[in-house]
Amino acid sequence: MSVDATTVRRIAHLARIAVSEDEVAPLQGELNAILAFVEQLGAVDVTGIEPMTSVTPMAMKKRRDVVTDGAKADAIVANAPETEDHYFLVPKVVE
Amino acid sequence: MTILNELTLAEARDGLKAKAFSAADLTQAHLSAMEKARGLNAYLVETPERALAMAKAADAKIAAGEARPLEGIPLGIKDLFCTDGVATTAGSKILEGFTPAYESAVTANLWRDGAVMLGKLNLDEFAMGSSNETSAYGDVVSPWRRPNSETRLVPGGSSGGSAAAVAAHLCLGATATDTGGSIRQPAAFTGTVGIKPTYGRCSRWGTVAYASSLDQAGPIARTVRDCAILLGSMAGEDARDTTCADLPVPDFEAAVARGVKGLTIGIPKEYRVEGMSAEIQALWDTGAAMLKDAGATIREISLPHTPYALPAYYIVAPAEASSNLARYDGVRYGLRVPGKDIASLYENTRAAGFGREVKRRIMIGTYVLSAGYYDAYYVRAQKIRTLIKRDFEQAYAAGIDAILTPATPSAAFGIGEKGSGDPVEMYLQDVFTITVNMAGLPGISVPAGLDAQGLPLGLQLIGRPFDEETLFAAAQVIEEAAGRTKLPAAWWA
Amino acid sequence: MTAAVNPKKLIKGGLHDWEVVIGMEIHAQVTSRSKLFSGASTEFGGEPNDHVSLVDAAMPGMLPVINEECVAQAVRTGLGLKAQINHRSVFDRKNYFYPDLPQGYQISQFKDPIVGEGEVLVDLPDGESITVGIERLHLEQDAGKSLHDQNPTQSFVDLNRSGVALMEIVSRPDLRSSEEARAYVTKLRTILRYLGTCDGDMEKGSLRADVNVSVRKPGDPLGTRCEIKNVNSIRFIGQAIETEARRQIAIIEDGGTISQETRLFDPGKGETRSMRSKEEAHDYRYFPDPDLLPLEFDQAYVDALAEGLPELPDAKKARFIAAYGLSPYDAGVLIAERASADYFEAVATGRDGKAAANWVINELFGRLNKEGKTIETSPVSAVQLGGIVDLIGEGVISGKIAKDLFEVVWSEGGDPRALVESRGMRQVTDTGAIEAAVDDIIAKNPDKVAQAKEKPTLLGWFVGQTMKATGGKANPAAVNALLKAKLGIE
Ligand SMILES: [Mg+2]
Ligand SMILES: [Zn+2]
Repeated sequence: MSVDATTVRRIAHLARIAVSEDEVAPLQGELNAILAFVEQLGAVDVTGIEPMTSVTPMAMKKRRDVVTDGAKADAIVANAPETEDHYFLVPKVVE
Repeated sequence: MTILNELTLAEARDGLKAKAFSAADLTQAHLSAMEKARGLNAYLVETPERALAMAKAADAKIAAGEARPLEGIPLGIKDLFCTDGVATTAGSKILEGFTPAYESAVTANLWRDGAVMLGKLNLDEFAMGSSNETSAYGDVVSPWRRPNSETRLVPGGSSGGSAAAVAAHLCLGATATDTGGSIRQPAAFTGTVGIKPTYGRCSRWGTVAYASSLDQAGPIARTVRDCAILLGSMAGEDARDTTCADLPVPDFEAAVARGVKGLTIGIPKEYRVEGMSAEIQALWDTGAAMLKDAGATIREISLPHTPYALPAYYIVAPAEASSNLARYDGVRYGLRVPGKDIASLYENTRAAGFGREVKRRIMIGTYVLSAGYYDAYYVRAQKIRTLIKRDFEQAYAAGIDAILTPATPSAAFGIGEKGSGDPVEMYLQDVFTITVNMAGLPGISVPAGLDAQGLPLGLQLIGRPFDEETLFAAAQVIEEAAGRTKLPAAWWA
Repeated sequence: MTAAVNPKKLIKGGLHDWEVVIGMEIHAQVTSRSKLFSGASTEFGGEPNDHVSLVDAAMPGMLPVINEECVAQAVRTGLGLKAQINHRSVFDRKNYFYPDLPQGYQISQFKDPIVGEGEVLVDLPDGESITVGIERLHLEQDAGKSLHDQNPTQSFVDLNRSGVALMEIVSRPDLRSSEEARAYVTKLRTILRYLGTCDGDMEKGSLRADVNVSVRKPGDPLGTRCEIKNVNSIRFIGQAIETEARRQIAIIEDGGTISQETRLFDPGKGETRSMRSKEEAHDYRYFPDPDLLPLEFDQAYVDALAEGLPELPDAKKARFIAAYGLSPYDAGVLIAERASADYFEAVATGRDGKAAANWVINELFGRLNKEGKTIETSPVSAVQLGGIVDLIGEGVISGKIAKDLFEVVWSEGGDPRALVESRGMRQVTDTGAIEAAVDDIIAKNPDKVAQAKEKPTLLGWFVGQTMKATGGKANPAAVNALLKAKLGIE
């Protein structure tokens, strides 16, 4: 499988990365080189094989239901580019 | 006179304990060396004040007879580990200005044991790279050079800053991370020792994620023993990481002297890849002979799905990365490039904040997870992972204790030499190391000789899950037989 | 589950009748102290970003760790829905960009949910009942909240809700009218509240519905559906369905076709409108979250949770009908809230069940409604109401006096029996006293006495007069018997 320019733009948008027109062709070439490389996986017979979900077989650790965190809005917004009254600010979102 | 920063970590520890020198002196020796070595671009941030304060505290502990396992040992920290109050960038512009208010589990373990932080080490952006050329903060230059050549060589990647700093005596050891070979390949390129422990041995909490199911922290140091000491402090259970194993940390240092008598070492025939240089083949044979001489049995084995590990990796890792890196959106921390609406804010921020390789991997990952392609790519790659892991399980079940392979296909190359046209050329760097991540196994890279140009080469040992001890024992045999690689004179100072 | 088409439920179009087909996805907030994957509080409200951990804010290197109570709550709910409990389930990431989704993905369950197929028995007001199939229930994270009205050019993002555990409960398209849909949500809410797994507080957003609506001619295959997102009251669910069904019918009857899309119900304007923004990129790229292992437990774990479950509404209703002789309607009203059922049972135990139900439903509920109070804040306790019922049963007071007594207890409190004594409300059963009053009335109204022989319905007038004369305290049965004898009415 290989990607065309339209697909490159669609993926870039899905990934929320602005791509200028002159970046499309080189990106397309690079992505297709990678896709051509992974194409060889088609040769493997994977019938009846379970996809790996966790590399180490162990039971998932769980938390007790207690409040152990929070009450640190200062720290939460400390690194934010734009804040007001402990809110994060973003350009207006129209719903 | 002893040059303090050229001691091994174990020697420095013993010297401190014997009060031969102070932690403050040891730290100062490193800070001075770092200052002179800025041309290598190994450190992104130096933290001299913090380092000296920690050293002073260590000296007090030593004086009081309360020295902890790493008391006063100066270390460099890969800038993928979040450090409380110290800028953390992951080598990316997108984290510009980000200062965490928390300390990664691994570094917190080191400080708990008395270690001293010298600063944050350069790396490939988000640990994506094999040459440290993708860092937004410039290439790291290897302290190694070819004889009579001023060509600047790569230290390997992504833990290139860690490997270069350890090799150039800019710290006694460093933290590193390995998703596809990012500890073992730079260790091999710089004549240092690096171990990627079993997945789940070290907590991932507080370490910037690249590919969650593959990422593992580990140390790079100048000797096998030093690595064992460091891993003993870095590892350990953590309730905050669901994938971190609830297992006691063995005495890794004690395992170093175990030897390999009675062990069976596997030589996987599939690693004899097409076009492998005679030099690498010879190194591999020599390594096997060293282990045999020390009492191990050498047996050829087959790991049939080896050729598929690298392509499967370039589906699984980018897929996870595309999702893990979605949080860098210019809203809560790091870079923000304004836009006319929220979507263009995201797009502008991520276009300006991520480098070329990171964008490439995010886009490949986005593509292989997208509707209509998920099963053909991602699910198939995860099935192949199952097969890769099964290959190893079968070898271990048949009595193999550890597996010996080359660490890299070649010695270090020049900056700018590889991967500019076809990204896959660079990806092939990890052909020997990547299976280990895909199967979650431990792997160690140990220097085993020099190539014809006088550059270091490494061998890799792969172990059973949670059996790093055998790797330390076997690597020690190779280190002793091969002799420690000697770095050329400090041309950078 | 598709029963025969019920003509009463069809919607009349301009050309012919239409059947509306409804399926629902309910998001129910799990009752827990801390969030699904972090230790921050789930408490409603709070200062902006105050119930937020580093995990909820998706700081670099942060990892999710699951809250065991949220898992237990999902299993309890699955048991309450008589559903398949999956001993192995998987958490997936649903990837999309939105300012209130800090990770850039929602941790949810896609292919392998914790709970599989189940069912809900729904009673309709006309006495009919339907079974609604449950397709699945899965655990997922709630998003944060964006405020759009603080500033003309910016939205304000608060992550207090980010990461709170939700159960998404998906029904089959088994509902055929807005009334059925409302009854279904009401019943589901009742079950969740009984289980204690969701408080069902729709005003606080603890229960939200995504409603899938399509229309078809009876007997036709399913039509194209539209999903109305985030409807947050039972009344609005009904209105949204009616509005959307009529919109679709109008389009089809006009020769148009329905395009599958996400819509929003605007209760103010009484219309649904397209949410184009949500349509844009519908490629969520689900994949198993590599930070989390599969969620696994054994049957013993499920059995232990089953053991701890309370009696559920259907069982309670059946028991109320059998044990107290209630009508299905009354039993249904009483079990709608666990607190009401408990109250009723406290009143009914050791007494006449029907009388207790009567008093609880008619007097108490009526009064609570009027005053905007709930059973929890009722000024009349079950013990007090039981006391009143006892006094009636013993013939100490009449039903009418009982209502006065109820008023006194409601506003002043106190022990009903003591109140009857201290306020002289005891019913007069002394035949002599009643007879004197009767004789007096007969003597004063000879013309009515004469008429009564022809017109026995006048008896009521005499009863009324007697009661009035005795201050309402006369035993009505005794009055009746005496009057009949003296007036010669059979
Ligand atoms: Mg939904
Ligand atoms: Zn949902």
